[in-house]
Amino acid sequence: MLTYQRIDELCQAAEQENATISRVILADQARQLGVEEQVVYAQMAQRLQVMRESAESGMDPALRSSSGLSGGDASKMLAYAKTGGIAGPFVNHAIARTLATSECNAAMGKIVAAPTAGSCGILPGTVLSVLEDGQCTQEQAVMALFTAGGIGTVISSQATLAGAEGGCQAECGAAAAMAAAALVELKGGTPAQSAHACAIALKNQLGLVCDPVAGLVEIPCIKRNVAGVMVALSAAEMALAGIESKIPVDECVSALYEVGRALPASLRETAQGGLAATPTGKRLKQEIFGTAKTDE
Amino acid sequence: MNVFDIIGPVMIGPSSSHTAGAVRLGYVARKILGQRPVKADIHLSGSFAQTYRGHGTDKALIAGILGFPPDDTRIRESLDHAEKMGLDYRFVCQSIAGAHPNTARITLTGAEGESVTVQGASVGGGSILVDELNGMAVHVTGQNNTLVVLHKDKPGAIAAVTNFMAYSGVNIGSFRLARAQKGGTAVMTIEVDGDIPEILVENLKILPNIIHVVLIRAV
Repeated sequence: MLTYQRIDELCQAAEQENATISRVILADQARQLGVEEQVVYAQMAQRLQVMRESAESGMDPALRSSSGLSGGDASKMLAYAKTGGIAGPFVNHAIARTLATSECNAAMGKIVAAPTAGSCGILPGTVLSVLEDGQCTQEQAVMALFTAGGIGTVISSQATLAGAEGGCQAECGAAAAMAAAALVELKGGTPAQSAHACAIALKNQLGLVCDPVAGLVEIPCIKRNVAGVMVALSAAEMALAGIESKIPVDECVSALYEVGRALPASLRETAQGGLAATPTGKRLKQEIFGTAKTDE
Repeated sequence: MNVFDIIGPVMIGPSSSHTAGAVRLGYVARKILGQRPVKADIHLSGSFAQTYRGHGTDKALIAGILGFPPDDTRIRESLDHAEKMGLDYRFVCQSIAGAHPNTARITLTGAEGESVTVQGASVGGGSILVDELNGMAVHVTGQNNTLVVLHKDKPGAIAAVTNFMAYSGVNIGSFRLARAQKGGTAVMTIEVDGDIPEILVENLKILPNIIHVVLIRAV
């Protein structure tokens, strides 16, 4: 449990104590779990390390998922990132890291669900990218994960983090919102700026459906993680520039929940609509699973 | 729910419900059997039946039955490990009426000849609920330390167990009782706060009317 039920409460607590959101979350979790802060910190540092290992192992050009639908794209992206591309080396390495983590997940590798396995590439693509680029310290990156975790806990309690309930906006959308808030803190922004970044990221992904081809966490999930990273980066940059969300963050969380409820079941992880229902989506499903199915 | 449920769990992909939860289901079934399994008959229902190959649900269930935790990198090759470790397994896709969409019914036979049938579902985010043991209703989530006590449906059997737990200073968080038929076999599911000493389990086993006691630690 978290003491704070709303993101504005969390920001107020941080501002009153003249602390970061991550400090407030770390202290709160240590209290709730009944352990020393160092213990909670060490556990999060371990999770950052697993993220680093997933992003590394996913760069293997020979990596393939059980279905054969995915694998090897991170390796292509990494090679391309070295050329600089359009958006520069930072962004393209971030894309490569995101693909690598999500492809590692699809290939039954070890990952940190953040907040879900389907959206596991977004925090490594953002927080880890800032760390690997030398823009922050290891400790700042670990602390940023507490900020992300705090935001995710509120979204989980006030809305949902499950694609089956809220569509992809609840998975990749929430992950991008968590990452946006964390990025702002990493770059020295205020708690209020983190909240604005979080709101902007949520707003930009409202309505995103969950329509996985053949029900597998591959198409379009892997590339949607990259989209989530782009949303998080742009939201954080806007917030750090002083741009505010006119709709307060907690109202955006409520909107996410309402939009999720309004989505038809075919677009909530049932693999019945959207891309899953395209001719190619159906053909791929047929190729993977064949016709021999359950008696249902 | 805390930050480590959000930034976590650390798991083997690709799906918390179809992979991580499936490992836990297999693991709990093994714990209930209480000996090295040599044979596993696994019935998959609903979404598990539809998509198990692509999600590696089969590998995940077998990994759990072999005793691997949800973040064990051997899960990917668990079917090979099953062969090496002498586990014969069979998957059947068959809908189980009224069951949660992600349900598996696992019948395990152990090296010492014991057999057990466990039915459970992966209910989201890697969480599980085992709701049937040998056809009797149980309630094992794997979140708290849990005692599953098979006993004869005789007066005083429950009191003897709970009294013994009270003497040992173990507090009961939740208690459920079910029986196959009146005067036959019954089962208690007891979730406790904190740890359960092994010695308590051994002492419960020798109480009158008690058939079997299994301790399932939080997984």
